[in-house]
Amino acid sequence: MSTSNLTRRGLIKNSAIAGAGFAAPTIFTASSAAAYTNEPTGGSVTLGFNVPQSGPYADEGADELRAYELAVEHLNGGGDGGMMNTFSSKELTGNGILGKKVEFVTGDTQTKSDAARASAKSMIEKDGAVMITGGSSSGVAIAVQGLCQEAGVIFMAGLTHSNDTTGKDKKANGFRHFFNGYMSAAALAPVLQSLYGSDRNAYHLTADYTWGWTQEESIAAATEAMGWNTVNKVRTPLASTDFSSYIAPVLNSGADVLVLNHYGGNMVNSLTNAVQFGLRDKIVNGKNFEIVVPLYSRLMAKGAGANVKGIHGSTNWHWSLTDEGSKAFVKSFGTKYGFPPSQAAHTVYCQTMLYADAAQRAGTFNPCGIVEALEGYEFDGLGNGKTLYRADDHQCFKDVLVVRGKENPTSEFDLLEVVEVTPTSQVIYEADHPMFAGGALGACNPGA
Amino acid sequence: MDQILLQILNGLDKGSAYALIALGLTLIFGTLGVVNFAHGALFMIGAFCAVTLQRILNISTITEDPTKTDFLGNPATIKTPIVETWFGPEVGASIIDWSVPLAIFFAIPIMAAVGIIMERGLIKHFYKRPHADQILVTFGLAIVLQEVIKAIYGANPIPTPAPEAFRGSFDFGTYIGFEANAIIYPYWRMVYFAFSAIIIAAVFAFLQFTTFGMVVRAGMADRETVGLLGINIDKRFTIMFAIAACVAGLAGVMYAPINSPNYHMGMDFLVLSFVVVVVGGMGSLPGAVLAGFMLGILEAFASMNQVKAIFPGIDQIIIYLVAIIIILTRPRGLMGRRGVMEE
Repeated sequence: MSTSNLTRRGLIKNSAIAGAGFAAPTIFTASSAAAYTNEPTGGSVTLGFNVPQSGPYADEGADELRAYELAVEHLNGGGDGGMMNTFSSKELTGNGILGKKVEFVTGDTQTKSDAARASAKSMIEKDGAVMITGGSSSGVAIAVQGLCQEAGVIFMAGLTHSNDTTGKDKKANGFRHFFNGYMSAAALAPVLQSLYGSDRNAYHLTADYTWGWTQEESIAAATEAMGWNTVNKVRTPLASTDFSSYIAPVLNSGADVLVLNHYGGNMVNSLTNAVQFGLRDKIVNGKNFEIVVPLYSRLMAKGAGANVKGIHGSTNWHWSLTDEGSKAFVKSFGTKYGFPPSQAAHTVYCQTMLYADAAQRAGTFNPCGIVEALEGYEFDGLGNGKTLYRADDHQCFKDVLVVRGKENPTSEFDLLEVVEVTPTSQVIYEADHPMFAGGALGACNPGA
Repeated sequence: MDQILLQILNGLDKGSAYALIALGLTLIFGTLGVVNFAHGALFMIGAFCAVTLQRILNISTITEDPTKTDFLGNPATIKTPIVETWFGPEVGASIIDWSVPLAIFFAIPIMAAVGIIMERGLIKHFYKRPHADQILVTFGLAIVLQEVIKAIYGANPIPTPAPEAFRGSFDFGTYIGFEANAIIYPYWRMVYFAFSAIIIAAVFAFLQFTTFGMVVRAGMADRETVGLLGINIDKRFTIMFAIAACVAGLAGVMYAPINSPNYHMGMDFLVLSFVVVVVGGMGSLPGAVLAGFMLGILEAFASMNQVKAIFPGIDQIIIYLVAIIIILTRPRGLMGRRGVMEE
């Protein structure tokens, strides 16, 4: 007599396991003979530009795409060469990367982690992208960085400002050119102290997600260190559109400074609401009430119109800088598109150049070769002065700009003015700083 | 006490927007029986009417200024708005300054036209279809409309300031015996509340005291019988759709200075407005208005630090929580009528 252990439940369970095995994405299985994921074999190499083409940051994404296209044009020998001419490394000659013509594919992150991962995955699996770059949000950057680490491709982050990107969520295959919350706070605090004194009471409104939390932690720590008192830290839902009910209690709280740890549409609306409520016209504790926006974006500041006037914040780069690199980039971008580039455009252009240069120096597209070439790499001529890609966490260290909303703008682009260029020495921190603790860089993953 | 008063005031302007959108939604549902998910898009189009008028008034003649250069080193340009050339610098600047209130007159014909085209062109084909079909088609329409606006105006918010005279805030608390800075309230939000009250009163008066309104109310109660009396009820309902579109559009125009308009603002309000309609009672106009203000004020209270300290995250769920409680205890909503959506 034979007995069968086959049950309906068991069959379904086994089928599911078998199905999952077959469905496992090819990028996670070592089935190829190539030395690394998407090793270019023909005369061209494909880069994947993953930017928000829809959703609230679509305008920022569009500016990133413009910069990417410009970078590809320059890499392939077109245009005026832009910052390739001012870059301290002279490896790039306008002959593509390692003699291969640069081609690109684009994906839409929608500023949603799942959509961004899906588009990055598609560019890696279907289009053979050897590097993924872009993005306009820390949540997205962290998600895509994790995917690139698993897939064995390099991720050159776009606009991401959370400490976590190169802190607890850092990955060996990921690199960030943009500055972070800690560096913003370190640059801003001395300027705020000289402007508003050491005896101030700050009230924080913070977007309730990874970037907001780390920005709040950084700026609160920096201002408390110089003697300011933190009255309250209020988390606001990311989906908030009207901040009146969060702003109305501020004046009555004893605070004389409002710190808006908001970005994008949140920043536009909270700043507009704060100005509507007349906060800037008030005298509290015998002092003028002040508003601070730690992270400024010129594209977003435009949405707040005249409300940004006189309000201080920090930014990664501004088109009004007069160093040779910035001038070359503004000229190149402005001539092609008719308006000056944003900081998002600048950072992604730099990232593309840095990747290309690293591959050129390494003599390979192998992610481990790129990682080795970028780790501890010092360069100049890309608009931020001398810059270091630190080996310990893959964070770029460079001067940080403290800016102020301009009182008398001369054009629609002339919204911010640089008040101080804070040197790298003031914004650098130890790799094991508590705000960046947890997580490990790990080893580079070449995939395949 | 001052905190409570402050949040009631804050809730009033938010509630005004909810009430105006919900009023339009209820009008359409009550007359045409259509669940219009594109109603938030009408609010958004209204706000962009204000943006458009602002841009039209800022159309400028461009002259070169050889003494200055632009970012590329070319001669800078000076823009002089044409209205300033026509009416003189001072009058011209005032016209531009008052672009948002002026946009009311600009928006009414546009919104009425959008409403009629929407109803005649698309929605009328779905009258006899199930509510699920109506929701799908109007939601699809909402997405199309917001993408069209994004294609024209971009994704970033566009600043649309209130007239200079209404910027800033007044110290409401000092008038009623509180300390200075205890209760401050922006002038424009006060204007918004007053404007909403006038529009709501006008809609009710129109339905209550005009023959047209009487016919529409009769049609809402029994469409077939009114038709049998030889009245072209369809035409009147189309006009009601246009009126509802105007109400949502005007709510959007006047909201533009409160938060810079962006293509997504309609969706932000749509879901909440549906909750308002359901809480107020499907088909009940006073219910929509009452629930709009009630939920606006409750939302403001839930944002208070004292409340959030006890119930963290309550500000994100309060409206839905209240909606669940009301639907559980009063399934037809606060002022819902028997038989609506129950067949």
